[in-house]
Amino acid sequence: MTDLADAPNARDVDRVVIRFAGDSGDGMQLTGDRFTSASALFGNDLATLPEFPAEIRAPAGTLAGVSAFQVQISSEPISTPGDEPTVLVAMNPAALMSDLNRLAAGGTIIANDDAFEERNLEKAGYVDNPFEDGSLDGYTLIRVPMTRLTREVCEPLGVKPRDAERSKNFFALGLVSWMYTRPTEPTLEWIAQKFAGRDAVIAANTAAFKAGHAYGETAELGSHVVSIAPASLPPGEYTNINGNTALSWGLIAASVQAGLPLFLGSYPITPASDILHELAKHKNFGVRTFQAEDEIAAVSAAIGAAYGGHLAITTTSGPGVALKGEAIGLAVSMELPLVIVDIQRGGPSTGLPTKTEASDLLMAMYGRHGESPMPVVAAHSPAQCFDAAIEACRIALEYKTPVMLLSDGYLANSSEPWLLPDVDSLPAIDVSYATEPNQTNEDGEPVFWPFARDEKLVRPWAVPGTPGLMHRVGGLEKSDGPGNVSYDPANHGRMTDIRAERIDRIADDLPDVVVEGSPGAKVCLVGWGSTWGAIRGAMRRLTADGLDVAHIHIQHLHPFPNGLGEALRSFDRVIVPELNKGQLVKLLRAEFLVDAQGVNKVMGQPFTAAELESIVRQTLSEMEG
Amino acid sequence: MTDVETTTTRKDWATDQEVRWCPGCGDYSILTAMQLMMPELGVSREDTVFISGIGCAARFPYYMNTYGIHSIHGRAPAFATGLAVARPDLSIWVVGGDGDMLSIGGNHLIHALRRNVNVNILLFNNMIYGLTKGQYSPTSEVGKITKSSPYGSLDQPFNAVSVAIGAEASFVARTHDMDRKHMQEMFRRAWEHPGASLVEVYQNCNVFNDGAFDTISKRANRDSMLINLTHGEPIKFGADAERGVVMDGGDAVIVDVADVGEDALVVHDERRPNPAVSFALSRLAAGPTEPTPIGVFRAVERGEYASANSAQLASAQEQAGPGDLAALLRSNPTWTA
Ligand code: SF4
Repeated sequence: MTDLADAPNARDVDRVVIRFAGDSGDGMQLTGDRFTSASALFGNDLATLPEFPAEIRAPAGTLAGVSAFQVQISSEPISTPGDEPTVLVAMNPAALMSDLNRLAAGGTIIANDDAFEERNLEKAGYVDNPFEDGSLDGYTLIRVPMTRLTREVCEPLGVKPRDAERSKNFFALGLVSWMYTRPTEPTLEWIAQKFAGRDAVIAANTAAFKAGHAYGETAELGSHVVSIAPASLPPGEYTNINGNTALSWGLIAASVQAGLPLFLGSYPITPASDILHELAKHKNFGVRTFQAEDEIAAVSAAIGAAYGGHLAITTTSGPGVALKGEAIGLAVSMELPLVIVDIQRGGPSTGLPTKTEASDLLMAMYGRHGESPMPVVAAHSPAQCFDAAIEACRIALEYKTPVMLLSDGYLANSSEPWLLPDVDSLPAIDVSYATEPNQTNEDGEPVFWPFARDEKLVRPWAVPGTPGLMHRVGGLEKSDGPGNVSYDPANHGRMTDIRAERIDRIADDLPDVVVEGSPGAKVCLVGWGSTWGAIRGAMRRLTADGLDVAHIHIQHLHPFPNGLGEALRSFDRVIVPELNKGQLVKLLRAEFLVDAQGVNKVMGQPFTAAELESIVRQTLSEMEG
Repeated sequence: MTDVETTTTRKDWATDQEVRWCPGCGDYSILTAMQLMMPELGVSREDTVFISGIGCAARFPYYMNTYGIHSIHGRAPAFATGLAVARPDLSIWVVGGDGDMLSIGGNHLIHALRRNVNVNILLFNNMIYGLTKGQYSPTSEVGKITKSSPYGSLDQPFNAVSVAIGAEASFVARTHDMDRKHMQEMFRRAWEHPGASLVEVYQNCNVFNDGAFDTISKRANRDSMLINLTHGEPIKFGADAERGVVMDGGDAVIVDVADVGEDALVVHDERRPNPAVSFALSRLAAGPTEPTPIGVFRAVERGEYASANSAQLASAQEQAGPGDLAALLRSNPTWTA
């Protein structure tokens, strides 16, 4: 088979957005993932958006069972999975029914013709066949009998028809790979590796993939062939990575940088479980993973490990953070390092477990009993989850405090190319245990005060096994200094102030606020977390048109970076796009008395760049008018 | 870790903090038993950690001059599990009451026991909520009149030993606060046991449930009401060892030895893999008003969790070599731009 990566007759485009949609059992996530990997290796910039139902196997053929994977591939730097797909691969009627409204006007539909039979149409809720009722007028429709053709190429291989049908996603992948001039070798190699030892499966998938590829040529789909040149990304070595993997590796990197063993206490929960899975693989780094009996035990075990001197982590999603609240309060009181990772999802309650949302910010800030301030760090892109994880661990260890690290379902599962850092250049994490008594008592004997503080108000971390430093910590208020139980009102006031002050002071060690775009701009977009991609995309388009806009992205949500208030006050308009009903905007208004305005989306999906672009344009024209 | 401090005394194991239980509380005698026993174990204070939840019993760590965590209600076994997994070198004790361990923390207790993580769990059972001033607890008898049950409680109580045996515990014992020597023996056995140990300590709350155990633990009643379990010995009790226990169709039953003959008595075997007989013994008394077994119900060898975890780490390191961060970042396909 020839590699058509640079087919001479292909039409060059900057970017395409392809959406693979099918039944949960159709392997759409895998198909999208392979297409992405081939594009990554080819050198495109890309961003993905996997979307799958909460049910493992919803009834086949129904709308509830539709699983989709959207990817934007580009020859230019990009930061989102695209505003709207230009190509929709629909493996069954339900996929077409649920996802057609996302397709760009005039877009292309590649449909598995065999699946559009009466029963499936009915299950999807079609009264008439959409191929015949004119509802697809205005789109380019390519009907391909994928199931039948896959069965046919598999038959001579001795593969049973039912088994052969399972390979039809590889047929689709082959066809789309041909249309988008993707190299075929990475996929063929991957099939051979992934299914090693299962020769029949390798043969069927390979045959289906090749048949799909060949179909493009023979069916004269040549006019649809498109090529997307490699992007000119900064030079270096890249890998394609999703947020949860990057975050897991960041935790391991922090453990290496700090020279401390990593302990993870976790309870399975979507969309955070993959971090537990990933870390459980890397025991050779000294990583201890503990799958606890519940969320509370998970955080409690982590705090126990932190008391023992480990870099302690607990990973969860919003409902789990709610359950962990009391224990996190204890960690605030005991001033022990701990990182709580919240991969946010749609809420409240079970909400939309597989869909993204960023509505836990106020819980991260205030969702505990008592006055219990703690740092909050948010990741902003899939690959940047690596850096955010290191930063959260650094703050936890250097300042002996629990830290909330926020990511979300979109970052967790989406992927993008990551310029691999030089591991020698990773930030150092400066941490040490107390080894000596730090006070002298009235009798002149050396004693250890667990709540004696350094100039940054950080208390010493004395771990069990250290002679002479035996001490007791716990949730009852402790005396400032000696750390004995104290009910003294003045002491409680002082300790409360110190707990707030020591977190606020972290800002002095952080970089000041960074304003991107034009500093004197009329409008500033202020974001946190995963809105970064869409804001970047909007900024690129707006500044390309010469519009006067700025962007501040807040990674440290508590404490805020120094200079944020002044920066915000320098703009005529501050717009805060959030995947919630307006949480950061409340904080900014309360903290800085600025008239920041929220733009909110709570639909289980990230913003698109187009949505934000149009809001800014509208604002600018209002301001002029 | 460090060299064991060879000679310590009770004073070395006590903190300078004023002990704040009600005068006459059974917790004092448990604390004394512990402080007196620790010097004999040959373990150093810095390698010892006491972890508690919330409740009267949970103040225990503040009085032990070791490392300690006074954690949150019910979760002490979970904190201890994390610490034990992270630091298998430490000697870890968990202290809590019946509300702490069997109500709000019941889940953590049973999971610590089934995992068999090497911690010694002391459950001070006073059959009442003390620190919240006298509500019925998960071990209170049915019909208990308290502030929260003025018409009598409706709840069937837990039998802590039965719960522990049902939760796959590898070591289960019971003792009471009126017998220092017996407490110390049980604590020592728990400490020696590699894995999770549960010791139920009947503890008098003289403020809210005074005399709850008098029927069995008053000196004059002990011979007739306490059934001492001794491994390898027929189970007998009474001033003249005139009563005993036989198995009858799966039930443990109290008999007069004269009626059945010595040979018919159950010979106590705490190491029996099948927990059925230990469980049957735990059912002998519906509450501390009937002849009640004390001693070690069960002590079986079973893989310990934290050391198994360490072994997995060691073997992963042996197979894959020590972690290499640069290689990890390149473990998926990479390309160069
Ligand atoms: S309330 Fe009862 S258990 Fe608590 S300290 Fe007083 S006597 Fe002891």
